[in-house]
Amino acid sequence: MGKKSGKKESALIAAVTASDNARLEIRRTPKLYIGGAFPRSESGRTDVLQLARGGSANVARASRKDLREAVKAARSAAPGWAARNASLRGQILYRVAELMEGRAAQFRDDLIAHGYGKSEATEEVAASIDRLVWFAGWPDKIPAVLGGTNPVASSHFVFTIPEPTGVVAIVAPERSPLLGLVTRLAGVLAGGNVAILLASEASPLPAVTLTETLAVSDVPAGVVNILTGRRSELMPHLTRHADIDGVDLWGCPDDLLADAERGAAEHVARVARRQHDEKDRASAFQGERGERIDGMTAFLEMKTVWHPIGS
Amino acid sequence: MSSEQPPKRPERAVKRAAPSALTAAAAPAVPHAASALAASSPWAYSPAPESKELALIRPRYGLFIDGQERAPVSGEVVVTYNPATEEPLAEVAKGSAEDADRAITAADRAHRKVWSKIEPRERAKYLYRISRIMQERSREFAVTETLDSGKPIRESRDVDVPLAAAHFWYYAGWADKLQYAVPGRRPESHGVVGQVIPWNFPLLMLAWKIAPALAAGNTVVLKPASTTPLTALLFAEVCQQADLPPGVVNIITGPGEMGMAIATDPRVAKVAFTGSTSVGIKIAQGIAGQGKALTLELGGKAANIVFEDAALDQAVEGVINGIFFNQGEVCCAGSRLLVQESIAEEFIARLKERMTTLRVGDPMDKNTDVGAINSRAQMETIGELVASGVAEGAKLWQPECVLPTRGWFYKPTLFTGVAQSHRIAREEIFGPVLSTITFRTVDEAIEKANNTAYGLSAGIWTEKGSRILQVAAQLKAGVVWANTFNRFDPTAPFGGYKESGYGREGGLQGLSAYLRSS
Repeated sequence: MGKKSGKKESALIAAVTASDNARLEIRRTPKLYIGGAFPRSESGRTDVLQLARGGSANVARASRKDLREAVKAARSAAPGWAARNASLRGQILYRVAELMEGRAAQFRDDLIAHGYGKSEATEEVAASIDRLVWFAGWPDKIPAVLGGTNPVASSHFVFTIPEPTGVVAIVAPERSPLLGLVTRLAGVLAGGNVAILLASEASPLPAVTLTETLAVSDVPAGVVNILTGRRSELMPHLTRHADIDGVDLWGCPDDLLADAERGAAEHVARVARRQHDEKDRASAFQGERGERIDGMTAFLEMKTVWHPIGS
Repeated sequence: MSSEQPPKRPERAVKRAAPSALTAAAAPAVPHAASALAASSPWAYSPAPESKELALIRPRYGLFIDGQERAPVSGEVVVTYNPATEEPLAEVAKGSAEDADRAITAADRAHRKVWSKIEPRERAKYLYRISRIMQERSREFAVTETLDSGKPIRESRDVDVPLAAAHFWYYAGWADKLQYAVPGRRPESHGVVGQVIPWNFPLLMLAWKIAPALAAGNTVVLKPASTTPLTALLFAEVCQQADLPPGVVNIITGPGEMGMAIATDPRVAKVAFTGSTSVGIKIAQGIAGQGKALTLELGGKAANIVFEDAALDQAVEGVINGIFFNQGEVCCAGSRLLVQESIAEEFIARLKERMTTLRVGDPMDKNTDVGAINSRAQMETIGELVASGVAEGAKLWQPECVLPTRGWFYKPTLFTGVAQSHRIAREEIFGPVLSTITFRTVDEAIEKANNTAYGLSAGIWTEKGSRILQVAAQLKAGVVWANTFNRFDPTAPFGGYKESGYGREGGLQGLSAYLRSS
């Protein structure tokens, strides 16, 4: 050993000795969530995300191929989710709320890492769990509220029932990374649809924690698939994918909206979006005004069935 | 057309030729079955024409803007023809983007100053009044509709016109009950609504569009189809007669570009379109990013599924009604017959026999079942797709029937031996052409029925109730008719899955499309 390398070695020993009482934290690798599994992006790409309280995270940067895989997983999960009885779908959503409660501290830390104050983050997590419970009560009420029997003038029994559209891609709200995400996602799931969700680009960590919650919940694999990455890169493919039946563009940046709608129109995909005067801001889903079902109703198909009455 | 009633006719021996004699190897040499309508036949009917004089068609029509008839900016006109005779009926204004602008200005002003301010119960009364006037003038409407569109007078008289009036009646009652339509929310009108409608049900589609729009408090700019403007222009007279405030309803005739100008105008907050999927996509793309509400009612390729336990005579009537109602120019037409293999041979034979008794010809004759095709262009589309069916290997059959020498008429056409990949099984023909596909199991029937980009309607024929509910639940179609077909009612929502569009017309769901809630 030369003189130089001996000096280096002693510095290393000193560093280890200095911190021997502090346990080194095991950091989480933020991954994608596709078909119930946690892959890295097939592209091998990550984006370095600087966190508000120091440090950084390497967030998976999903590719077009990851998106395709997510659509495949969603499509194969769709019939089973739609076929579950409404009460059970509600209970499964409620179970997710139970598990979120258990992980409240981690969701809170995620929000703090994205710049939320402590009490603000705590409130946001509580509101998100409550929002999920609000939606858990919806599945077995949807047909009564949105469907019905139709008193036609001829001698027929005619009823209208809402049915799920199928595979819905959600561009989650950018500035409401947990409450907004939960609101848009839960509406889609309550209606019996399956989802591919594009997490907030600047604040993806609550979405990552949600994937880890969903994985141990009763939500079947493939019913929710969550991608992190860049919207400008993924959205042209997401809106034009022919096996995506609907797109929730609530979180779509204004400059991408027209192209997104043109893409969705190519295959007559259903579209939900912000109202004209609505802004993508953190407060958009807070309180009673956040209890909204436009993200649920946009992806329900009304089926009207006729049958003659007679002997 | 009643689909669940068995045909009211005496029993008689069914004369069935061997299949080889009934089917053609290739067009155009098409052997015909003996006609049941020949003069020597007991089925022959004497002519029973409705009087043309009942339609008071004027030689020329302007645009209906701000409560008055206006000349188009361009000064140009187009001629609308009677498809049954190819004779001109009237000249109508050829509107342009400038005319659309004037109409939207009128609608916008009427919305802000009048229609959004009057008491909802007064708004309701205008709609009731319109419905009543339509009933009173129903015969004039029916005759005008048949002359302009080519549809049989029996259908315009018994279906189109009464249903149109019923739509206004139904939605009239919603106008002052909107708070019950969206409980817990505050419903508001969008403002100006732009509407573009097709030529197959000109007055009925107008009613489906205008009635809920007005009830919800919107004002309207509507573009009727270029080949069938007359009942819409007659409706403009009804608006005047009802003293509807000027600008609440504006009806402008013109080409497709004018329709696009209506849709894309920033003052139009909501767009409703009924027509082809390709045009629907263009409209959706044209308004992308503008924040407008949009509903689309597009094409269809409905499966009419006949199971082996079906009541066969009723099913035959239902299949006939499904594809030959309005010459098959119906977006929800049952254009694919899926018949269970075990009964296919017998069912096809009965179907052919029934097809020989269809009366094709003068739409003004009260006995006519199948009238004229709406336009020469549509004749060509049908001809082209039928030729593709033959070229791709399906077997074509048509009953012998004498078509009028003038006018655009197409023989009722049956294809057997159709593969799912054939164009006639995939593309909307919009004509009296039925493509037959067989299946063995319930699952296969569902899979084949859903094997289409469309999802507007479907039919199920079986005597087994549990099967109806099971199959109905699995069909990706917005309207499922079980042991009936082509039924419509203002209270029953209508609209498609998949590429048949989105949004519903009729019922509470049809009203919601014209409301925004905060």
